[in-house]
Amino acid sequence: MKNSKENIVLKTENLTIGYQQKKRTKIIRSEINLEIKKGKLVAILGKNGIGKSTLLRTLSKVQEPLSGKIFINQKNIQELSEKELSTQLSLVLTERLPESQLTVYELIALGRQPYTNWIDKLCASDIEKIEVAIEQTEIEHLKNSRFHELSDGQLQRVLIARALAQDTEIIILDEPTAHLDMHHTIKIFSLLKELVLKTQKTIIISSHEVNLAIQLADEMMLLSSDTFHFGSPSELIKANAFTTLFPKELVRFNKTLAQFVITKI
Amino acid sequence: MKEKNHSNHFLLLSVILIVFFFINIRFGSVPIPFKDIFNILFGGDISKDSWETIIINFRVPKAITAILVGSGLSVCGLLMQTLFRNPLAGPFVLGISSGASLGVAILILGSSIFGGALLTNSLSNLSLPIAASFGAFLVLSSVILAANKVRNTMSILIIGLMFGSLTSAVISVLAYFSEAAQIQQYLFWSFGSLGNLSWNELIVLSCIYSVGIVGTIFVIKPLNSLLLGESYAKSLGINIKKSRNIILLITSLLTGVITAFSGPIAFVGLAVPHITKIIFSSSNHKILLPATAIIGAIILLICDSIAQLPTSDFILPINAITSFFGAPVVIWLLVRKKKLYV
Repeated sequence: MKNSKENIVLKTENLTIGYQQKKRTKIIRSEINLEIKKGKLVAILGKNGIGKSTLLRTLSKVQEPLSGKIFINQKNIQELSEKELSTQLSLVLTERLPESQLTVYELIALGRQPYTNWIDKLCASDIEKIEVAIEQTEIEHLKNSRFHELSDGQLQRVLIARALAQDTEIIILDEPTAHLDMHHTIKIFSLLKELVLKTQKTIIISSHEVNLAIQLADEMMLLSSDTFHFGSPSELIKANAFTTLFPKELVRFNKTLAQFVITKI
Repeated sequence: MKEKNHSNHFLLLSVILIVFFFINIRFGSVPIPFKDIFNILFGGDISKDSWETIIINFRVPKAITAILVGSGLSVCGLLMQTLFRNPLAGPFVLGISSGASLGVAILILGSSIFGGALLTNSLSNLSLPIAASFGAFLVLSSVILAANKVRNTMSILIIGLMFGSLTSAVISVLAYFSEAAQIQQYLFWSFGSLGNLSWNELIVLSCIYSVGIVGTIFVIKPLNSLLLGESYAKSLGINIKKSRNIILLITSLLTGVITAFSGPIAFVGLAVPHITKIIFSSSNHKILLPATAIIGAIILLICDSIAQLPTSDFILPINAITSFFGAPVVIWLLVRKKKLYV
């Protein structure tokens, strides 16, 4: 019993997410209770504006929860300093990076900041971690390019490498395949899956790639306006959870194919 | 990160800095040969006694002031550009210099309105820099307060410009009620000048300058992570609020004290960081900070050499020279490279 508890890296208790505006409180979702185990690829799905990003932002402490608690390795993240949290959790965001002349290597090296001294000196172990991250994401050939010259697909791999260099147990990615074509989308998904298997990290992503997520994710979280499902893809298929994801007029979930198909044109 | 590749650049720049330091000392209303300059500075036979006074009491302090002012303002520009992640940011654009001007205006012009209580005949060493720093800090904190509300960087710049014009308005009103002598004193200050500092004032300037510059070394790490934006910087364990306050404090201290002693000097703070970024094609602050400081010092030494119109008795306002020669250089660099970076 103790063993299974130790395997839970991220846990939420009655978490309510949303925005605190001046007078009103806008609740996006309440009573979220999650337990995410070590070494899993978790995909959060739901239509635009349903609160995927808000959830991820709250889990990563970019934004404060309205109520409830979040635990990383049994520690309440409210009690962790930014520095402590940065060794537990790393991010890949959708926001565009400010235009600078950083090289790919420098950008990945920034991932070592939680471990470097006050002047940001890279020691041997830092350099090794950076090299491993570069190798795992297969971007050796891009090392000396400037990041602003890269294609969206390459940049996404570089940002993943940066998160890997940060050497955290949890990596959260907000729509990592947002601007990518099918080929690069699959490439990113399989890279993430591979990383989960190889490194036993927990990777949490938000995505619109339902069909891919069903095939590759270990756990899925389905958000719709009034329901919330969490479980493995096969469990969710059995429970007919996917039908809640989109309005039924256009697409319908086909259980035997395990994917969405267009109802009619 | 790979800093080694740039050691040649730094060596070359240091040599250029030393060369222009001596060229700056060499020229002036009285031409003094290099041989005598060396003899005066490093001990030796001097052809004329008056030359020693000129070199020791006027030209050397002026050249050192040029170095401090040029490097200080350039570093401030770099800090602002990275903090706001906006290539248009600089001490001038954000109204910080106007804030310093306001502080000085209240001190100089206000003394005639509110009576001499604020200021006696001799501007004491510290009242001017304190007033200027206070003004700079006031405007900068207002910009930051507003910035926290709007978030959009373009709006922040416009807010900075608005604060700039607000302070000019206050200065105009003050000037309207002031006496001619005070207005003239303020006007001369606002032309900018590197030559007004005595050794004592120079010591005050270099002390505060050193505090500011040493401070920047401690913000290299947050500055580099801010290149990825605030969310990433935070996720890398950087305390954004603390870092931002330190950066703003350094900027207002440096800009304030420099503006107090040398007047509001345009162009340097905005342009030198860009010239440096183009020359070094890097965004790493471990390289950019020292490089910006050296290039800023060189450029202001050159501008000052031009301003004193060699062999003539006239000295042009340094402010005019920096803009007059600097703006075309930046335009040319941009047209060639076609891109500005944070």
